[in-house]
This record gives sequence, C-alpha cells and structure tokens, in this order.
Amino acid sequence: MKFLLRISAITFKEFRQLSRDRLTFGMVVMIPLIQLLLFGYAINNNIRNINAGLLDQSDSSTSRIIIDTVKATQVVNIIEQYFSIADAEAAITKGNVRAVLVLPRDLPQRVANPADDRALGQWIVDGSDNIVSSALLGLARMPIAPLQQGTGNTVSATFDTVLYFNPERRTPVNIVPGLLAVILTMTMILFTATAIVREKERGNLELLITTPIRSFELMLGKIIPYILIGLVQMFIILTLGHFVFDVPINGQPLQIVSATLLFIAASLTLGLLISTVALTQLQAMQMTVFVLLPSILLSGFLFPYEGMPKPAQMIAEGLPATHFVRMIRGVVLRDASLTDMQGDTLFLVAFTVVGMILATLKFRKSLD
Amino acid sequence: MTNAAIDASGLTRRFGSYTAVDHLDLHIPRGCIYGFLGPNGSGKSTSIRLLTGLLTPDEGTVNILGLQLPRQAEELRGRIGYMTQKFSLFGDLTLQENLQFIARIYGLPRKGIKARIADLLERYDLTRQSKQLADTLSGGQKQRLALAAATIHNPELLFLDEPTSAVDPENRRDFWEKLFDLSDAGTTILVSTHYMDEAERCHYLAILETGRKRADDTPQNLMQNMSANVVEISGNSLRRLKQQLLLTPDVISVAQQGIRLRVLVDKGHTDPLSWLRAECPASLNDYQLAVVRPSLEDVFVMSTGAHR
Ligand SMILES: Nc1ncnc2c1ncn2[C@@H]1O[C@H](COP(=O)(O)OP(=O)(O)O)[C@@H](O)[C@H]1O
Ligand SMILES: [Mg+2]
Repeated sequence: MKFLLRISAITFKEFRQLSRDRLTFGMVVMIPLIQLLLFGYAINNNIRNINAGLLDQSDSSTSRIIIDTVKATQVVNIIEQYFSIADAEAAITKGNVRAVLVLPRDLPQRVANPADDRALGQWIVDGSDNIVSSALLGLARMPIAPLQQGTGNTVSATFDTVLYFNPERRTPVNIVPGLLAVILTMTMILFTATAIVREKERGNLELLITTPIRSFELMLGKIIPYILIGLVQMFIILTLGHFVFDVPINGQPLQIVSATLLFIAASLTLGLLISTVALTQLQAMQMTVFVLLPSILLSGFLFPYEGMPKPAQMIAEGLPATHFVRMIRGVVLRDASLTDMQGDTLFLVAFTVVGMILATLKFRKSLD
Repeated sequence: MTNAAIDASGLTRRFGSYTAVDHLDLHIPRGCIYGFLGPNGSGKSTSIRLLTGLLTPDEGTVNILGLQLPRQAEELRGRIGYMTQKFSLFGDLTLQENLQFIARIYGLPRKGIKARIADLLERYDLTRQSKQLADTLSGGQKQRLALAAATIHNPELLFLDEPTSAVDPENRRDFWEKLFDLSDAGTTILVSTHYMDEAERCHYLAILETGRKRADDTPQNLMQNMSANVVEISGNSLRRLKQQLLLTPDVISVAQQGIRLRVLVDKGHTDPLSWLRAECPASLNDYQLAVVRPSLEDVFVMSTGAHR
C-alpha cells in the first residue's frame, strides 16, 4: 500500500507542476489544434477554382455543351486555350494551369455512339499535388446530362484521366487518424523525456534517490499524468476532425480508446528510455526528433507503406507509429477491432513491456 | 552491530583517472556533529554521496547505522536525511506542497502530516511563506526549507552538504542553533563546510584535501596537537619582512593579517621567539613578537598544502 501512496504523491506533484507550467499546458492543447487546422486545409477536398486550360480540337456545338457543363461545376476555372498538345503540356509543366481538358476531333461521333465505351475527352492533370488531382479525378465520371438522355450508359467514364508526375491517389480522410499518431509521438515522447531529464538537470533527482521511492514507482508516477494528456489530445483531434473536417468515426469508442492507450503506453516507454540516456533537456529533444522524423515519414502517415522500398519498410516496422497508423485507420475508418489487427496490437504491447523493463533496469537509483 | 553511525574504510572513488576520494577511513560515533572541512574540489560532496549510497565506491566498505552499502541501501533510505549542496526541492511548488510531497514519499502517516508540516514551518520560521513558490525564497529561507524537508521523517543520521554556503553570517548562526537542537535530540549530523568558524562548532572534524583525509580529531585537539607554534609579529614594512621570513628554514608559513604577520614555526624550537630573533637578528629589532594560541585556520594551513 505504501507504494501506491508514493506513486500517487509523484503523480499529484506532477499535475501541480504541469498546472503551473503554462508552456507545456499550452502545448498539450495547442499542438493538436494548430496541426489539425494546418492539415485541415489539406483535408478539405471541397476544392474550387482550380486553374485549367482547354484544348478543343473538335470546336463543335457538342464541345461547347461539355465545356459549359464542366465550368458549371466550379471545380475548374478555364483560363487558357491551346491549339496543340505540346502547348498544353508545356503550360502544365510551367505551372500556369493544373490541368488541361482535351476534347478530340471526333467528339461528335463519340457522343453519337455511346456503345463504344470510349471517353468523350481527356483530362491531363498535374499529379504533383494530391489534393488537386483528387478533385480533378472526381470530374472523370461526371455526367453530361444534355448529351446522355435515355442512354442509361453511366458506367463508362465521361473523361479519360491521365495523371502526370504522381500516379497514386490518396484519401485525405487518412490524414486525421494519422495525425493522431504523429502528435502523440511528438508530445508523449517529448513530455516524458524532458520531465525526467529536467529533474536530473535541476538536481531534484539527487534528492529523490535518497528517499525510499523506487525507480519503478517514480517512473510510473511520472507517466500517469501524460496518459491522461494523451487521451485529451486524442479527444481533441478526433472530435475536431469529425465535426470540422467530416472525418467519419466508424469505430467503437472502446476500441479507439484502447488502441490509443496502447500507443500512448509505447510512446511513453520510448520517452522513458530516452530520459535514461539523455543528460540534458536539449539532448532529450534531439533524440525525440530522431524518433519523430521517421515516424512522420515512414509510418504511412504521409506516404503509403506499400510504396516504400524494402529497407524503409523494415525500419517502419520497428516504429510504434507505423503500427498505430495502421491500427487507428482500421479502427476509426473501417470499424476494425484490436483483435482484427492482432499483429499491430501485439507489437505495441511487446514494445511497451520490453521498453519498461529496459528503462527500469537502466534507471538505477544512483548518480554513477 | 556497531555503535558507530558511520564506519567506512578505504573508501575510494575515481572519475576517469582522477581520484576524487582516496582511501578515506571514517569512524563517526552516534550523536555527534562531524565536520568535513576542505576547499572546493577536495571531495566533500563525493564522500557524502558515497556515504548516502548515491555513488558506488570503487574500493572500500561502508557501514551506515549498521547497514552495509550498497547492498542494503534501500533499507537505509528511511533512516537518513540528506540536504544537497545545490537546492534540490521543487522551485515550482509552494513550501507547503514541497513538504507534503516529501512527507508522502517517506510514507508518513496521513493524519500526522499536516501537524508535522505546521510544526516544521513554525520551527524554521517559514509559516508566513508557506504558500509561496520555493523559487521565490531568499537564500536563508531556501536553506531552512531544505533542512525541514531533510528532517521531516526524523532521520537518525543527517547529511548536510555545505548547507550555509549561500547564507549570510547571521542566518548561519541561527542555522547552527537548529543543528544543535537536532543534535541534542539525538540526531547524528555530518556536515561539510569550507568556513573555519563553522568547522570549529563541530564535535569532530576531518580535514580533507584532494580526496585525502589530512587530519581528524576534535577541533580543540587539532589545535593543541598542531606541530607548529604560532608567532604574531607587528610593526611596519610587513611585506618585506614576510619575504625574508619565508626564506628562513623551519618557518612553515607566513600570512599577513592586517597589521600583523602570523608565522608558523616548527614545534622543534621550544622557544620560538628567541629562535626567530636569533635567526634574523637585524630585521626583527623593530618588531613586537608574541606567541599566540593556534586557530583552526593554522591547523588547516598545517595539514593541507596551502603553505607550499
Ligand atoms: N560526476 C563527476 N565526474 C567527474 N568528476 C567529478 C564528478 N563529481 C566530482 N568530480 C570531481 O571530483 C573532485 C571532488 O569534487 P567534490 O566532491 O564535488 O568536491 P567538494 O564538494 O569538496 O567541492 C572535483 O575535482 C570534481 O571535479
Ligand atoms: Mg561540494
């Protein structure tokens, strides 16, 4: 029972100090808010007025109907007109326009024979910007009502689409759950690592280790507040993501919280490990960045895991964030459960247990 | 089971190739105030860390209150108190919160904590500051708070590492009154210092230099058994005389103190005054010479390299 009292004494003290540490307290709330709002623009797929060009080789009444229909969507804003494919491509390369609509010479015939299944025209799209290209890809299947009366042929595409520069498409909805992984990685590791190293720096640790507190109690007491902080951040990110950016929350709350708790535990463990090695807060921060960067780049948050070369995938497999990105997307978007994602669940559990043991062994109560 | 509070032999600790504590032997009886006197870097803090189990010795054995270190270090925790050289309580907590935290860590019974803290705040004259953040305290107040925290669990043995280095002389005097109170109540105290006046208040004293113990005894015995006589010389042109005396064999050290020179002469000369006058007949004619009682500073000069 004494050990519970000691743990709670540490936790209580930690909360007191946190409540006075405006900066950290602000970061707890501001990091998720700001990141989410920044990424929010990327998530917002309701894009309008993309600058586009036109290459109308048929120059017919049919082509004018199509052009008017496309303009009516307000997705694109046709600002230039070309007379050859080469000009059109050059305009995209220079960045004058993000896309060019090409209407072929035989357009009237294509409209007349819907049975051919040939697209009416082609969008040449600058794929280097995912968000723009996804918006344009949405135009591929748009119906051109005045031309398709009674045909019932809505399966074949109205336009062909050629994506230049970046042939892969991604759903922006992926970003919010992924962001949860990145923000938790950043704050959880940084907060625990610096919270413990700070006491080393300020000399508090010299006092603490002459008291009856055990290393295990000290570490547990110090991470409990951060578990709660992590949950608060999860709540902020998912609520905001859902209500402001329309991210569907399909998973069970219990599953979402459990998955997040697992990841928080793994990240806190990593923070503890860092704190046993780092001598100053600056070192702790540098080591956090060392973990954070691959977590952002390799976890599948920004780039799909499948697209990475083998060595990168192997590094990614060693990062808790990779497993959490997979889990939380599964749980939030596809309503998967932790048992559906056994491999990732087990990895996080094992990571935490092994890390905790290492940290407790490494954190000896001495100044040696 | 020994009757000593601290029993250490051959205690040695190295940092790389530097030996910070070099074969230190200590035998400190229960109930006394024991002082470590030494200049900065002489190994006082390192010795205390070895004795509290914060550092592991490279060589030697330590027995504290009958417990063997480092094996039984955890059992010892609740029975000792340690006041670090650098203030190590939490600057962003109030006095009250700091003491509450320490009390809980030591597992004091819940009901007693409030009264115990009120009592300590009262005793160390901190009641008015109890809601103040520790960072905003003055040097003297911080030091009293640290002592209150180190004694909250009534330890049998108290380690104080240069407790008065950031404190003015008056606060220092008051602080020692508190230490004598604790000592009267039966607490054994080990205190390190580089102030002579403070060292003189200890029951026993060890003089440390570059990690070695140069002397240890009661301050009175140290002064009495010093292997030199002290001669005070007053007169004019002391600087020139000082240079001359330093060249005389068997003059161990010469220090100017205002209008006097304090000269340490080897004890082999039973009558140091006539010996000195015989050694430098011409130059000493215009001066008054007198043999005076040795001070602790003289002992310190004798036992350390300060005169070399
Ligand atoms: N952790 C350490 N690493 C390296 N050298 C140290 C360490 N701690 C102390 N020392 C060295 O040991 C010597 C004694 O230091 P210390 O015990 O702090 O002396 P004091 O407390 O008497 O001023 C000094 O020279 C100091 O530089
Ligand atoms: Mg020191």
